[in-house]
Amino acid sequence: MARPIDFAPPFGARDAVGAPTDPRDERIEVGVAIVGGGPGGLACAIRLGQLLEEHPNVRERLGDVPIAVLEKGKQAGSHLLSGAVMNPSPLRELFRGRLKTADFPTYGEVPGEAVYVLTRRSALRIPPPPTMRNHGNLIVSVSELGRFLAEQAEALGAAVLPETSATKLLVEHGRVVGVRTGDRGRGRNGEQLPTFEPGSDVVAGLTVLAEGTQGYLTAAAIDQFGLHGANPQIWALGVKEVWRVRKPLRKIVHTMGWPLRTSASFGEFGGSFIYPMGDELVAVGFVAGLESADVEFSVHDVLQEFKTHRLVWKILGGGERVAWGAKTITEGGYYSLPCAFNAPGLLLVGEGAGLVNVPRLKGVHYAIESGRLAAEAAFRALQRGEVPSRVGALDSYDESLQASAHMKELREVRNMRQAFDKGFFMGGALASMMTVTKGRAPNGRFPTHLNAAAPLKKTGRASRYPAADGKYIFDKLSSVFASGNRTRDDQPNHLKVRTTVRRPVAEAWQWMCPAHVYEVGRYVGDGMVTVDITPSNCVQCGAITAKGGRLTPPEGGSGPEYTVT
Amino acid sequence: MKIAVCVKQVPDATVHKRIDPATKRLDRSGEAALNPTDLNAVEEALRIKEAQGGEVVLMSLGPEKAVDSLRKALAMGADRAVLVSDEAAAGSDLLGTARALAGALERESADLVLFGQASGDGDGAVLWAAVADRLRRPVVSQVAALTVEAGSVTGKRQTEHGYDVISAPLPAVVAVSDAINEPRYPSLKGIMSAKTKPQETLSLGDVGVDAGAAGEAGAKTTVLDLGAPPARGDQVKIEDDGSAAQRILDLVVERKLL
Amino acid sequence: MKSLVFLEHYHGALEKGGLGVLSKAASLGEATGVVLGEDAASVAAGAGAFGASKVYVCDAPELASPLPQPRVDALATLVEQTGAVAVLFGASVLSADVASGLAARLDAGLNWDLTDLSLADGELVGKRPALGDTVLVDVGWKSGPKLALIRAGTFDPAESGGTAEVESFETTFSDFSTLATLVEQTQEESSGPSIEDADIIVAGGRGLGAPEGFTILEELAAALGGAVGATRAVVDAGWYPYSTQVGQTGKSVSPRLYIACGISGAIQHKVGMQGSGTIVAINKDPNAPIFDFCDIGVVGDLHQIVPKLTELVRSRG
Repeated sequence: MARPIDFAPPFGARDAVGAPTDPRDERIEVGVAIVGGGPGGLACAIRLGQLLEEHPNVRERLGDVPIAVLEKGKQAGSHLLSGAVMNPSPLRELFRGRLKTADFPTYGEVPGEAVYVLTRRSALRIPPPPTMRNHGNLIVSVSELGRFLAEQAEALGAAVLPETSATKLLVEHGRVVGVRTGDRGRGRNGEQLPTFEPGSDVVAGLTVLAEGTQGYLTAAAIDQFGLHGANPQIWALGVKEVWRVRKPLRKIVHTMGWPLRTSASFGEFGGSFIYPMGDELVAVGFVAGLESADVEFSVHDVLQEFKTHRLVWKILGGGERVAWGAKTITEGGYYSLPCAFNAPGLLLVGEGAGLVNVPRLKGVHYAIESGRLAAEAAFRALQRGEVPSRVGALDSYDESLQASAHMKELREVRNMRQAFDKGFFMGGALASMMTVTKGRAPNGRFPTHLNAAAPLKKTGRASRYPAADGKYIFDKLSSVFASGNRTRDDQPNHLKVRTTVRRPVAEAWQWMCPAHVYEVGRYVGDGMVTVDITPSNCVQCGAITAKGGRLTPPEGGSGPEYTVT
Repeated sequence: MKIAVCVKQVPDATVHKRIDPATKRLDRSGEAALNPTDLNAVEEALRIKEAQGGEVVLMSLGPEKAVDSLRKALAMGADRAVLVSDEAAAGSDLLGTARALAGALERESADLVLFGQASGDGDGAVLWAAVADRLRRPVVSQVAALTVEAGSVTGKRQTEHGYDVISAPLPAVVAVSDAINEPRYPSLKGIMSAKTKPQETLSLGDVGVDAGAAGEAGAKTTVLDLGAPPARGDQVKIEDDGSAAQRILDLVVERKLL
Repeated sequence: MKSLVFLEHYHGALEKGGLGVLSKAASLGEATGVVLGEDAASVAAGAGAFGASKVYVCDAPELASPLPQPRVDALATLVEQTGAVAVLFGASVLSADVASGLAARLDAGLNWDLTDLSLADGELVGKRPALGDTVLVDVGWKSGPKLALIRAGTFDPAESGGTAEVESFETTFSDFSTLATLVEQTQEESSGPSIEDADIIVAGGRGLGAPEGFTILEELAAALGGAVGATRAVVDAGWYPYSTQVGQTGKSVSPRLYIACGISGAIQHKVGMQGSGTIVAINKDPNAPIFDFCDIGVVGDLHQIVPKLTELVRSRG
């Protein structure tokens, strides 16, 4: 039986790690280099900025550019997408004494909530499981939050550098010394166009990787420094739309069940969220694990199918879709966390490091909290006159992370996601047991299985997807358009995949990708087909990395331009 | 040589541009970027500066946050930015905008004033000729190739019939087309230094424009109403039975399209 | 309503664009024309047939070159002399600069990119598309003179068989208007219009099946005097050059006639051509999205239909 993993291109540290290559006087020196302008990276920049403001003597030592945040999107927020209902404490803590909750760009506290188990025709309301109680949490657009945090970071003296991707981790003598930024202005075959602008070596005493899901350099770093966790990492794909609605929604909604199939053999785990954003907008999204076995499983189309349910139609009907996006979510949980979050000269922050609580559907606040703790550990190292690249200099970060309440939360649900490998009902039963015992029973470590290792089969899943009408149900190309993606067509292909594979694998990629990047090409004999790739459609969700390929950082500034996701 | 490049902030070309039904003006509350062809003008200015030395100044009229979109051009290598920002200037029509820009340009006494040819949101599409008239200087537009030497500028101007080569003494106003060059990507150093480059914000008064002569108040044109797009009319659906080609021709002739 | 219409001429003949605007202006009231430059007097009379009651001409040597600023001087003088209340221009590279310069000179309101003109309570109202031709805005003027720049190709010249009185006028020129000089003028012997300028575009997509499919499109385009366009998919595949790509990451076009062959009509393509006057779609898939927004939808085999259409067009003469 075909499995995507059989076609995965090899990837390891050597692909994205190396020494600086620019002549010394051309390297760009910064104090602390933060890769990723999301909530994690920006929280780190903000906290560090606050501390440096209070301690100018330490600031001096970091040179002309004490903090640089490298963001590959067109601006902060362009590549950020989440539900989201956020635990507000870390954000409040980050701005304690400086800003109040009313200063943050949010859509207010959760007004009420409901959880449903759906069948095709009905919606059975159930009491929210303990992991899904959101009283006191805030509804946010993580893209808007990103823009806000970037402004705050800049006000505190950080340089936020948009359209700047990081393609190589610079390591010398076993220490991280910075990152290399990506080239711009290459053509389809890698040739230099007249506008060619080479990347630069950005050298820093300390590098913080806050790349989010499928962090490219994070994966390389984990390999380089042997930081692998106990379980392999796994991912889900989330696809989301934002709608302008006719009547306000006054509660947040989560659903399980239909249109996902409950038997373990289908490997369909996930559910939906529907969140009001003020009176005029509603965010609706569907999340499903990428171990799904059916070749035709497409989260993009499952979301469209989901919208046909009466419950959803009542909320969105008569409205207008104003945005769309897709992004993978790190699902492995506690046992997939790296065994250490630091290495000489390096700190790992946020979702890139695996800090996401899938049963609670929360991650933004972990990103912020870990960013803050990373900044404090970095500051301590700098303050002591330490060299952050000394082995052990940054261990206090790990200590503070492990001691945090958030880590305790993650530990309690350490086996919950894995339990659903046994299907919806068995998984639900096990999950209940874990909830009641706060994770202690059943005992032991449940394994995760690499998404790409799941064998593929065909069960006619696609016949259930509704036909696009351009008004309520949309096709993938319309969705790519709605993500704001207008990547230039002649960029080099940033997706490393084999282009001749077994047919089921090509079909699985064609369906899996929410942006219609992959298409089954022609038959070349022996059960193999070619794969046609349109890289400019890519919204950089990362699904391909989980399913037998690899997303590498494309040219800075390309990809989606999210604003309200 | 001092080159002034007039640039404009337009709502970013993401999906949801809309006209605000209350003000009937383009809803500019979304994130904004520089009008894409303005980048061609910035690039041309930078090339001239690289060849002959001098200074490239960005000039713009817009709300305070327009400063953000100027950063990209500063990152490309422009030396400083001047923004005319005044509440009274909101809703300026072609004349109000031309007045404000001309006022700011007079303060600068640039040798060469560059514009990008087209605007993504349809505003200011013919601004340069109005500005040139106010400055009382020659104007050459639709320029696809530009040379500057010995106090004069020579442009290859694309017309419907071919191209004209026009020459004018400096100071002059030139509008460049997007065929003139490929704008560069800013270098990382450029991006990092953009924030520290001088940025001046001026009011209408600073550029010698009366509040009543700009903005909505000074506008000589007005938006009356918004409407749905022109309905496409009834659609004709044909299933080919061998006669489709003839039917297409008949329909096209009937509609006087040939 | 009395209007003054700017008429251009080239090689001894009045240009279609201006004549179209003149015909429209004549339908709204009394229309006069103005012709400037060499041979102005000899071509001007022809404007009578298209609705002008009178044509003003000036052929001062300063107007010999196709440059805008001397024309601003001339029109400013004429407006002052005649008290014209509305001055209309059919858009061209030259007229756009003239209209804008004149607006500044007269301190008059200019509405541009108009696709229609009408009268409401005797007042001139223009219509202009916005937001990529997806919204239509009604625009007006708060005071006179009212300047209007009409999108190229909007109005067709309509012969009404009248005659016009030709009147010569004189003007002085500002010191700065004559600083720009014409060094050289080249006429391009092009093999057809570029897609930006074309009135008719024949475009191809994946439904062509192979790069050779473009041959039949080129033949149709040549027969129609139009240009060939392409979708992103076929340009990506190397079938046709990027300069012909129509769409979100290619060019935006709005020809009077757009014939889409083997094009599915994905939104990335649609936003580049949705402003076209008439859209004809030929596709063998009846469910292709393009059938939702075209004017003439043909379900059939383009490899049969296109060559036959070319033949019919050619035999029309």
